[in-house]
Amino acid sequence: MTYTSPSTGSGIRLVAEREIRMRLRSKAFVISTIVLMAAVLGSIVIGNLVGSSGELTKVAASGAAAEYAESTKALDVTEVSGLDEAKQLVIDGEVDAAVVPDTASPSGFKVYGLDEAPGDVISVMSLPPSVELLGEPGQNPFLIYLVSFGFGLLFFMSALTFGQIIAQSVVEEKQTRIVEILMATLPVRVLLAGKIIGNSLLAFGQIVAVAAVAGIGLLATGQDLILAEIGPSIVWFIVFFAFGFLMLAALYAAAAALVSRTEDLGSALTPVTMIVMIPYFGVIFFKDNDLVLTIMSYVPFAAPVGMPMRVFLGTAEWWEPILSLGILIVTTAATIVVGSRIYANGLLRMGGQVKLKDALSRS
Amino acid sequence: MCHRHWLRTVGTMNPSLLEVHNVTRSYGSRAVLKDVSFAVRGGRITGFVGSNGAGKTTTMRVILGVLAPDSGSVTLDGQQLGEGQRTRFGYMPEERGLYPKMKLAEQLVYLGRLHGMSSEQAKASTDGLLERLSLTERADTLVEALSLGNQQRAQIAAALVHEPEVLVLDEPFSGLDPLAVESVLAVLKDRADAGVPVLFSSHQLDIVERLCDDLVVIADGQIRASGSREQLRSEHAKDRFELQVDGDAGWLQSEKGVTVLEFAGGYALFEVDSPATAQRVLTSALAKSPVLRFTPSQPSLATIFKEVIK
Repeated sequence: MTYTSPSTGSGIRLVAEREIRMRLRSKAFVISTIVLMAAVLGSIVIGNLVGSSGELTKVAASGAAAEYAESTKALDVTEVSGLDEAKQLVIDGEVDAAVVPDTASPSGFKVYGLDEAPGDVISVMSLPPSVELLGEPGQNPFLIYLVSFGFGLLFFMSALTFGQIIAQSVVEEKQTRIVEILMATLPVRVLLAGKIIGNSLLAFGQIVAVAAVAGIGLLATGQDLILAEIGPSIVWFIVFFAFGFLMLAALYAAAAALVSRTEDLGSALTPVTMIVMIPYFGVIFFKDNDLVLTIMSYVPFAAPVGMPMRVFLGTAEWWEPILSLGILIVTTAATIVVGSRIYANGLLRMGGQVKLKDALSRS
Repeated sequence: MCHRHWLRTVGTMNPSLLEVHNVTRSYGSRAVLKDVSFAVRGGRITGFVGSNGAGKTTTMRVILGVLAPDSGSVTLDGQQLGEGQRTRFGYMPEERGLYPKMKLAEQLVYLGRLHGMSSEQAKASTDGLLERLSLTERADTLVEALSLGNQQRAQIAAALVHEPEVLVLDEPFSGLDPLAVESVLAVLKDRADAGVPVLFSSHQLDIVERLCDDLVVIADGQIRASGSREQLRSEHAKDRFELQVDGDAGWLQSEKGVTVLEFAGGYALFEVDSPATAQRVLTSALAKSPVLRFTPSQPSLATIFKEVIK
């Protein structure tokens, strides 16, 4: 019986499936994914606890004062029938302050405290002057820090982790020499594509899962305003990540194909690791520097971090992410072409590290 | 049952012909293969013999399409082999290797599927092979946990799982224990009987001599000899004779047209310049003393090998 070789598509699927199956079987991978998600969820919950002031100040109030105090939603109001009852509750320590109507006061209310003036009640009960901003509303600097750090770290960690996994898997095939059987069975580009796609799907799945956990976490803790603010940038981050990771994956596979042993992997991967680290440190150190961020948002390997950051800061025009994505896609395609050439030429060369020049020339 | 299924499917094929045509290949400035041509006939086992570095592995890699030749081509039944054709090949590379972290059966099924088998076909074929190679109990063992001997059998299973129409094996017997050699031999013979061209390289000339129908000798990137074992032997035997007489054969030394290669009392191994000289020597020998043996010498493979690679 003759078996016809699988189509390119099903060949890629078989290779990708094996990559995913073997990865999911690795305890280290599963545990690190769970830890990552727990960390994201944890930081959101902790952020919420730190951000909110805890319990509301308790006040006793009567009449119109009770109505107003309720309307501020910043006080825990106990409604009482009159001044004496309110005072008694303050003296008993049941409440922190009492608020009653007072026609003599310009605000129309009088506040009673026990042994000090209840500052928070006073500020709540004061009538604020109306305010109008003439510029754009500023963003919470803490949130900016968190978002820049989050994007940078997430990209850095995912790219590094999955890049290493791809590199390991390439060298494993070279080191165990099964690559010769594979090369006699499948076109090299199918092998490379399956490897990249399988691992990219895992990386992408992890990013989407983290984003989903972050979104659900924000919603569940009632921080939907923050979600609305960072939501669009998260979506752009995921889109950019998908292509940016494909590019890095091709680079990792190519670099790994140049060596024959796991021990030599470190030195071969150094240039690629640098490329991954630059956007990470860039976005953290230059989150306030518009020029650097603008440059980063167009440099293909930094764009997955730089552009979503600018979308979040609101400094990117609507067409800028699209243009940058276009540049990234073209670069990714070119990288895959060059990378698969290096990969194909490196696979059968055993022994020392293959020179890049040799790997780029003919096999 | 699976085992029988496996045999039946291979039994229906017609013998095919694998041919290598004028293949040249160099690494940088070093020419590794120089105009290499030979044929591997279906239904026969062909031994591929040569010293280390003679070009055996490179030739096999070219046949398998793992390596592209600088010029020349490889055909199967006259058809140029292109991408996708080579899934019909079974290959055992010189450097053994399987995924260490995969279970044995899982790995074989994966390789079968990469060659275009359906999941069920791959499983059936894997089960049959494991049984045949006495590995059934190891089906769910990680490859890295297999003993060395079992890993080698696993490697052979990996070359056979997709029921290949052509078998190319690089040093399949090196490092095998005698039991494993026998089971591999049996499998290879099965395949050859089913019409599959089987090419294997080896530096163990005694195994080649015992097993091969045909021989290809390579030295320094060039094919020095190729053909059936008998043909090669007779080619190299035609001007060489052995003589055993009941007496002393020393007179041969001074006979015209005769070169004595070995001599001990009544025994001599000698070369003649023509068939007529051989007949004259026989007549003189009979006149001198009873002749116990007069025979064209069948050179051992080792002798032929030494001669052709000179």
